[in-house]
Amino acid sequence: MNYFGHVLNHLRKDLRLEWRSRDAINGMLFFALLVVVVFSLAFDPTAAVSRQISGGILWVALLFAAVTALNQSWTREQSNQVLEAQRMSPAPASALFLAKALANLIFVLIVEVVLAPVFVIFYNLHVLGNAWLLALILPLGTWALVVNGTFFAALGLRTRNRELLLPLVLLPVSLPALLEMVQATTGVLTAELDPLQINTWITQLAGYDIIFTIVCLLLFDTVLNAE
Amino acid sequence: MSRPSIFRIAAWPWLLGTLAVLAVGFHKAIFVAPTEATMGDVQRIFYYHVPSAVMGLLFPYVNFIAALAYLFWRRRDPLKALAADALALAAAEVTVVFVSIGLLTGMLWGRAAWGIWWTWDARLSTYLLLWLLYVSYLLLRRFSSTGESHTLSAVLSVFAAVDVPIVYMSIRWWRTQHPSPVFGDGGSLDPSMWPAFLWNLGGWFLWGVFILAFRYALERRRQIADQENALRAIEASLEIPQ
Repeated sequence: MNYFGHVLNHLRKDLRLEWRSRDAINGMLFFALLVVVVFSLAFDPTAAVSRQISGGILWVALLFAAVTALNQSWTREQSNQVLEAQRMSPAPASALFLAKALANLIFVLIVEVVLAPVFVIFYNLHVLGNAWLLALILPLGTWALVVNGTFFAALGLRTRNRELLLPLVLLPVSLPALLEMVQATTGVLTAELDPLQINTWITQLAGYDIIFTIVCLLLFDTVLNAE
Repeated sequence: MSRPSIFRIAAWPWLLGTLAVLAVGFHKAIFVAPTEATMGDVQRIFYYHVPSAVMGLLFPYVNFIAALAYLFWRRRDPLKALAADALALAAAEVTVVFVSIGLLTGMLWGRAAWGIWWTWDARLSTYLLLWLLYVSYLLLRRFSSTGESHTLSAVLSVFAAVDVPIVYMSIRWWRTQHPSPVFGDGGSLDPSMWPAFLWNLGGWFLWGVFILAFRYALERRRQIADQENALRAIEASLEIPQ
């Protein structure tokens, strides 16, 4: 079986697991919804203000929601020593990682699709810029969160305080990506940024994605087999 | 056990030399260097702020190289790998100390010179991010069990090293969007101020290397003690009569 076949197999397994339990998506969805409501109550924004801040709130909500689900995504592999079996299998370890990250990407994208209308309603949003650009920014930003998040969740798998460690390690590394996605999203929502500047933010975000995907793929084997 | 003794012989002269250089640096910075025209004596914190900041940017490289060396030797030569790991830990701790001092002295200076403690200027934000990254590195070491903390922290060190240039680029781009007053030491340093600066830079470099070596030796002793304990436990388990 080639590399792509391994990735596909792992991905199918992760999707099937999620389809049967729906733990991650339900948990993330409700958590993100709660964050949206809490911010709305805390700031009580007007339409203009909400346009300014909703880009940031959207990503903060998604970041926190993703962190809650990412810890669980590896815990599944730990029951019945499945992870040890994965370590012994001849399939490349990075295929396991890539499939897990892709599965998490799909879960978070589903959450985003459901959350978007809620967001528009609760914050009275009226997008002033090129709304279709969001279709590019959302997957890129989500991948930036998910690829590092999946990696660090695996890194913290056998540590003490696993649940606490993930955000502590993930947030500092993700801050440039967070800055880029929030700036791009806010730029689209408010139409205050020059399209050229939005493009630069998106390019930077894509660069971040590419660099960290490569680093994660190269180092995952080391993390999985850290004795 | 030959290497620790070399350290021990070199340690005292090194420490005394460091203190001498720092004393000269103090004299030059406080008494010899001219008072700055606009800021007055407040500017003298420059001779401590900038060397600390420079050292805070230097020791992350030591950490990164040691982490790469650890990953390289992990399977090939575990004893060398342990030494590299001790160096990485020592460098990370020294980094956090210097960056903390850089941030704190910078805040004091900023309060006096600009009237604000903090601003989200490109350089300041990047520096704060550097601090956050290395604190998370130390936290990871604290949280992970002894067996695997070396590998995990080495991996995180690589992430931190990759992240810092990206942080710098993105934040600089962000801050050029919203023009803010140009901060920092912008412009050139008066020739009469150079000696004070260089003496302090050298002194704090020597001090940083001293602390690094001290912490490294300490960590090596802890590793060796661990190994001896493990060996003793294995020997004891073998002595149980069948």
